[in-house]
Amino acid sequence: MKEGIRGIFLHGFMSFAAVCVTVACLLIVGSFAALSYNLSIMVNDLNKTNEVIVYINSDLSQSEAQSIGTVINLVDNVYQAKFVSREEALEGFVADHEGDDAFAGVEASDLRHRFVVTLEDNKMMEQTVEELGKIEGVANITASFELAEGFTTLQNVLHIASGAVILILLVVSLIIISNTVKLAMYDRREEISIMKMVGATNGFIRLPFVVEGFTLGMVAAGAAFGLEWLLYDWILGKIQALDTLQLFQSFVPFKQLLLPMIATFFAAGLFVGIFGSWTSIRKFMDV
Amino acid sequence: MIEFTDVVKSYSVGTQALRGVSMQIEDGEFAFLVGPSGSGKSTIIKLITGELRPTSGTVHVNGYSLERIRRREIPYMRRTVGVVFQDFRLIENKTVYENAAFVMRAIGAKEQEIRERVPYVLNLVGLETKSRRHPGELSGGEQQRLAIARALVNNPSTIIADEPTGNLDPARSLEIMSLLMEINNLGTTMLVVTHEKELVERFPKRVIAISDGKIVSDGMDGYSFYEN
Repeated sequence: MKEGIRGIFLHGFMSFAAVCVTVACLLIVGSFAALSYNLSIMVNDLNKTNEVIVYINSDLSQSEAQSIGTVINLVDNVYQAKFVSREEALEGFVADHEGDDAFAGVEASDLRHRFVVTLEDNKMMEQTVEELGKIEGVANITASFELAEGFTTLQNVLHIASGAVILILLVVSLIIISNTVKLAMYDRREEISIMKMVGATNGFIRLPFVVEGFTLGMVAAGAAFGLEWLLYDWILGKIQALDTLQLFQSFVPFKQLLLPMIATFFAAGLFVGIFGSWTSIRKFMDV
Repeated sequence: MIEFTDVVKSYSVGTQALRGVSMQIEDGEFAFLVGPSGSGKSTIIKLITGELRPTSGTVHVNGYSLERIRRREIPYMRRTVGVVFQDFRLIENKTVYENAAFVMRAIGAKEQEIRERVPYVLNLVGLETKSRRHPGELSGGEQQRLAIARALVNNPSTIIADEPTGNLDPARSLEIMSLLMEINNLGTTMLVVTHEKELVERFPKRVIAISDGKIVSDGMDGYSFYEN
């Protein structure tokens, strides 16, 4: 243990280089993951604006129509069902067609009570609409399947693209970090070969390097996490100060990402530190 | 004890480095191993330190049969053999004390043992006053003394010195040889690989001469035989 910690200070520059590279890689991966998480939330929110309108039979009274809401809410995939009375519907109708003489004589009795239904998952819109249509008292349903499909495609593209980019960044980071660790090991090949020649066991030789890798990984993860937090808050502050970026106002605060970020950064730091030093030392052990 | 019996070593490229070498170096003995470049000296050292295995024949070092030693036993065998290199192979960023202490730590020695043993060995090689210096601050002879101290610090029963005076002037070479003799007098088996004729003539000890992978002479007049 002591040798591992001592090694960090003895090989200060290489340790510093390994930490810097790891921090940079974790920052890039972390920032992209945070961005794609927020974009996913944004698309999800937009998705929720795609509503299904469930019209109620016109011969039912307002209270009878309202009671159907309980049944609607029990249907799978229904996120929310908001009742809109004829009168409220008329207000909206009038507002939408203000100044249009063709609709001047429309009255509340011409319209139906209705529910504005938002779904949990628009991918299942078709099945949900079918279920809603079976409910007694439901006269008609309108839903924009094309829009739902568009959102589903957008979400799928976003998931695949962000997954691929994160994977590529992770692989690139691992290669860079592994090479940096290898350089650090190369710097100490003489030390390793002497240890082998005097009869140190492989486990004994590896241990200080693995302890060193673990410590450097943890230091890098801590530093990257702190920087990510500062960077995220700074960017969020800038976005919120701009009226032109209303779409991005739904970015979640960093505290909401705290636990997954800590877990990911420290797991990555641990993996990179231990795996990097363990595998890099192998080629110098063959004496 | 080191014992080679009819040892053949061929490399994958087809070179036959040793062609039936047999020799025995008893505990506490001092022997020179001489021969021109490419004669097989380095192969013999690598076989003794377990870096190579013989193609055929048997190699016994301090009770270990190296032709069938398990990988996990090699470190324990190596603890019985100290190696001194021509180019010293010291760690530049460690002090004299740390260069010696580090190899004790490498085999898991306790700090108390290290604190007792390292000053004793540094005193033996005459570096007790330079323990805080770094290798770069030492002369060539002192660096080789430190390399000898490092080989000695784990108290091996055998020391292999591979061209230990190759990088030193004649006066320093004599000093180093005298030091190796002193260590041998304390009971450590010593095998010194060299091609320096003057040195071998100056210290009348057993000389094993090798040429083209075969022992061509073995005895007190080995070097002169080899020269002829």
